[in-house]
Amino acid sequence: MAVLSDIRIDAVAPLPARASRGYWGSVLRRLMRDPVAMVAAGVILAIVLAAVFAPFVAPGDPYKGAMLRRLRPIGDALYWLGSDELGRDMLTRLIYGGRLSLFMGVLPVACAFVIGSTLGVFAGYVGGWVNMVVMRVIDVFYAFPSVLLAIALSGALGAGITNAVVSLTIVFIPPITRVAESVTTQIRTRDYVEAAQVSGAGAFTIIRVHVLGNVLGPIFVYATSLISVSMILASGLSFLGLGSKPPEPEWGLMLNTLRTAIYVQPAVAALPGAMIFITSISFNLLSDGLRSAMEVRS
Amino acid sequence: MSAVEASGVAPERDRGGPAQPLLSVKGLVKHFGGRRDWSGQRRGMVRAVDGVDLEIFKGETLGIVGESGCGKSTTARLVMQIIRPDRGEILFDGEAVGSPALGLRDYRREVQMVFQDSYASLNPRLTVEHTVAFGPWVHGEGRQAAVARAHDLLQRVGLAPERFAGRYPHELSGGQRQRVNIARALALQPRLLILDEAVSALDKSVEAQVLNLLLDLKAEFGLTYMFISHDLNVVRFMSDRVMVMYLGKAVEVGPSDVILKSPRHPYTAALLASMPSMDPDNRTREAPLFGDPPNPIDPPPGCRFHTRCKFAAPVCSAREPGLGAEAAHRVACHLADPSSGHPGAVAA
Repeated sequence: MAVLSDIRIDAVAPLPARASRGYWGSVLRRLMRDPVAMVAAGVILAIVLAAVFAPFVAPGDPYKGAMLRRLRPIGDALYWLGSDELGRDMLTRLIYGGRLSLFMGVLPVACAFVIGSTLGVFAGYVGGWVNMVVMRVIDVFYAFPSVLLAIALSGALGAGITNAVVSLTIVFIPPITRVAESVTTQIRTRDYVEAAQVSGAGAFTIIRVHVLGNVLGPIFVYATSLISVSMILASGLSFLGLGSKPPEPEWGLMLNTLRTAIYVQPAVAALPGAMIFITSISFNLLSDGLRSAMEVRS
Repeated sequence: MSAVEASGVAPERDRGGPAQPLLSVKGLVKHFGGRRDWSGQRRGMVRAVDGVDLEIFKGETLGIVGESGCGKSTTARLVMQIIRPDRGEILFDGEAVGSPALGLRDYRREVQMVFQDSYASLNPRLTVEHTVAFGPWVHGEGRQAAVARAHDLLQRVGLAPERFAGRYPHELSGGQRQRVNIARALALQPRLLILDEAVSALDKSVEAQVLNLLLDLKAEFGLTYMFISHDLNVVRFMSDRVMVMYLGKAVEVGPSDVILKSPRHPYTAALLASMPSMDPDNRTREAPLFGDPPNPIDPPPGCRFHTRCKFAAPVCSAREPGLGAEAAHRVACHLADPSSGHPGAVAA
């Protein structure tokens, strides 16, 4: 015993006295070092800025057509990216189209993120039969293919942008809830949650302080990967006439109206599709980068 | 009991006087899982804790030892009320836990716990100071006061707050993290600290530092410890009394110097014999115990240890031995009871 009692080594390891960087600070730092994610972020930023400042960036009026200058090719002296079937400037319409398309990509996912995280974290933390009921109800929605569900809901609610947002939100709630529930279930049994319970904290305090911080990151990453899906689904709805209506510039709708010109000006007809592709792949690459930046444990 | 007088525990918190046990547990039972058959009887459940009585006196350290799976940690979690017991009564300083006189929230100010896994028991997204300040903050202390208290405690457990307060758990070593856990447990000024394998995952040198810290803190704050470990050397160093558990039951309870020198239960003797010896003339030549403990889903009838006991007699599989009357040293073994009918039984 004397031997044990004699050991009095200074427990303090030599660490420099610096302020620690927070978790999100180090995630951001790692994300900045990922070239692919940074290029994707740059593309998204460019598209967002162009859409927001469309009246200043776009060369023309998105609604003004010229019957004599229809379906001009890419590289035309007047129309850099050609003109559509009503002689409207494609570049202008693509820039303005980003407004609605981005809106339709981000808003349903944001709504579903809030609702789905709330449901999933609640179900995961409470557990037991509450979890059973919530997750089985979610499973019912899961049984439908997402495209079919979006079309069915939009069709039932009626065409229009608001209804398209509502139906897409409903489509994305189940997968986000499921991810939130599974992550929360893992966190709930961690010792630090038990230690917080032992401290006498109530369920809401524990969820706010100890659960959300560890759960929202993974859910957020998953949700960003859904933005591209949402954009594609929204374009699909517009293509079917269930989303935005002509003459509104929207990438999915433009793809629809230009499909008749596919043999005349294939390159121009493909442009809205290319925009959807570029934007959605950028969101996917950014969320991939975010995922790997968050996974690293030092 | 001198520790209580020296401790400076406010007299109004010490309700029952020094003679009253700080914690008294009677008939604690917890069975996990299992399903009800057609007659409504539960089958296939794990009898993790199957009727445990224990008392911890003020200012002492009760060591609990046993193999893995014997119900030590479940007992700790039951006492801490992280899981609800199926049956049994927990009295803290004479008051039943959960009664109007001692609600769960108040009880949890009095009893705190240090977990084994120092990493899993710290929220990776919280700084050290916020982890320690969380408990006081939950109990209504202002944010700044709680952080100030956290800094005091960090200083007290050997982590200079100016260097460690803003750090995250992954930036600390195992020993440093366990100090944070101890500081967090102390933040609510508990009277009883449950240490569930609190030093088992640490290196030997770090373990010794943390054990010394625990002894210092005990003297300074007048704490009472429930010290759970599988390491008999550590238990011997820390404990005043020892309880030995086997398959969800206590088999021997008594003063640690008595139990660890002259055990009366064959299982305790086997545990002691399995300790590596530092003396080359006294090395362990054959394994004192064979096989694994029986399945706790279907424990053997009679004495639960008889399947591995070299003194087993017919009476051992027929009748379960009790822990005996109130005495300093209690043994649940037919060998220790002359009236049991065991051929080898001798009086104490």
